[in-house]
Amino acid sequence: MRLITIIASLAVLALLVVLPFNLKNYGIYILSLWMVYSIAAMGLNLTLGYAGQVSLAQAAFLGIGAYTTALLMKAGYPFLFGFGLSAGICFCVGLILGYPALRVQHHFLAFVTLGFNALVWLVFRNEEWLTGGTYGLMGFPRPSFFGIDTTNQVAFYFFSLTIFVLLAVILWWIVRSPWGRAFQALRENPIRANSLGVDIRRMTLLAFAIGAAYGGMAGSLFAPLVEFIDPQSFQLNTSLMLLLMVIVGGSGRFLGPVIGALLVVLLPEWLRFTEGMYLIIYASLVMVLLAFCPSGLIGLYERSVAALRARPSGSRGSEKP
Amino acid sequence: MGEFFQLLVSGLATGSIYALAAVGFTLLWQASQTINFAQGEFVMLPAFFVLIGTQVLGLNLILGLLFALVVSLLLLGLVFKRLIIDPMLPHGVLPIVISTIALGILLRDSVKEFYSAEAQPFPAIFSERTLSVFGAVISLQDIAILITSLTTITVLQLFLTRTRTGRCMQATAQNRGVAEILGVNVNRMILYTFLINAGLALMASVLISPIYLAKFSNGESIGLIAFIAAIVGGFNQVRGALAGGLLIGVVDNMSAAYISAEYRTAFPLMLLIIIILVRPQGLFGTAEERSV
Repeated sequence: MRLITIIASLAVLALLVVLPFNLKNYGIYILSLWMVYSIAAMGLNLTLGYAGQVSLAQAAFLGIGAYTTALLMKAGYPFLFGFGLSAGICFCVGLILGYPALRVQHHFLAFVTLGFNALVWLVFRNEEWLTGGTYGLMGFPRPSFFGIDTTNQVAFYFFSLTIFVLLAVILWWIVRSPWGRAFQALRENPIRANSLGVDIRRMTLLAFAIGAAYGGMAGSLFAPLVEFIDPQSFQLNTSLMLLLMVIVGGSGRFLGPVIGALLVVLLPEWLRFTEGMYLIIYASLVMVLLAFCPSGLIGLYERSVAALRARPSGSRGSEKP
Repeated sequence: MGEFFQLLVSGLATGSIYALAAVGFTLLWQASQTINFAQGEFVMLPAFFVLIGTQVLGLNLILGLLFALVVSLLLLGLVFKRLIIDPMLPHGVLPIVISTIALGILLRDSVKEFYSAEAQPFPAIFSERTLSVFGAVISLQDIAILITSLTTITVLQLFLTRTRTGRCMQATAQNRGVAEILGVNVNRMILYTFLINAGLALMASVLISPIYLAKFSNGESIGLIAFIAAIVGGFNQVRGALAGGLLIGVVDNMSAAYISAEYRTAFPLMLLIIIILVRPQGLFGTAEERSV
């Protein structure tokens, strides 16, 4: 099983490396956007899926990262500095946003984070001297590394892919480490986790902070990818979309948010022939999926695999989780 | 002083509309643990039912309102419960939240796609004349809105506390299992709650649309303010939601006029965050017991 996983991930990686050479610029842009949203959704998955803390503020962190990076690059600082600072700022803000989670849970937390997102959006829109207000920011160059300029769409794609793989590996490590187990213990039963010696205060705050830092790093990539940022991209709706990505893919599953993000990025392209109907169709699909399989697409896949396996053995088919 | 009084009255009037939405929101939460993230869209939509009635079907305003009432009760009450909430109930609170978020997107984009993306003028139900009281210009419409929604909420409160059905609904909200043992038809009571919510949404829609026009995107801000009102007042209290709605209406109006119009929506949000942190049960609410 473990060997299969490794082979499969190498195959997917190889596909991701080969793919851009067979696509036009726009297709590569879509792939890069998928990487960016995947990073943000992976972070949210840590907060929501693993640690069980509802956050509707991921778009705010995406925005903080994007504006930080864009402003620093406009001022002439290198990209990596902006990238690091975005992660740092979002980590700290996430830590602060985690404090309410120590007092309230579930829907209250959803509303606090939702309020936070709306407040950050207001700042982006109103502080024109800093963020350019509704006109947005543009005119920041794409980064270059070791003489390789990422103005080229393919080069930027590989750059995003590298960062995505790095961040995915780090998250994989976090999830497998004792920390990750502590996060899951926090989700399953906080009081029991506490009695087993998990510092739930620290774990709750960390779940928020790491999730937020991933959002910030995604935003940091988002700015040079789109080359134009305005408050519209970071409003509440984006947070809701990111939340849907995590849930639709499968929250608490490592690859869930990546698959959810792929769907959100590809569906508008596939459903182009329906013109404005894309969101209507997407929303209906989400509702149907949730009614039948709340564990998302990955859950659906696992369930069908289990059903297929159960059929040949016949008599002992009642092992479904 | 005149200006202050004027702002107070118009704030109370819009606040009372928010209160209608917030009351429906809390009733749903009590009866079935449903957090309806589409509540804003529920308030946006009935205005379009009225417009479909009057403009597409050629009915007069009264018949159009009746048509909207029937459609709202059916779609936002019965169909919403049977098709969206009932299949989700076994999965818990979060999937319902996500599902209603998706429903909100669906409703918003359906109106945009199938009716219009433009703001639609909506016929005023009440006279738009103004009165001058102590130097303040008070619109009769505001007064009428305030009276209508306060009366509605009072009647609702009386229904819940004084009638047999109302008490059965309260029993269901407090303890489903015990209510069922005592012979309450729990499912029917929950259905009533959904119907009442649909009725309240229609009422809020008809009252607010002449002021803000009917537009597909109205639900976002209305929904957010209704949540805030419900939480500030107390998530498990009808009178809490009422007080929260009125308070938010006034805070919103006053802060826009006296502090900053650009950061208008920030003040209710900050009030929300402070209330959740300092008094999560809300100003009037009683703390819900925590189960381990």
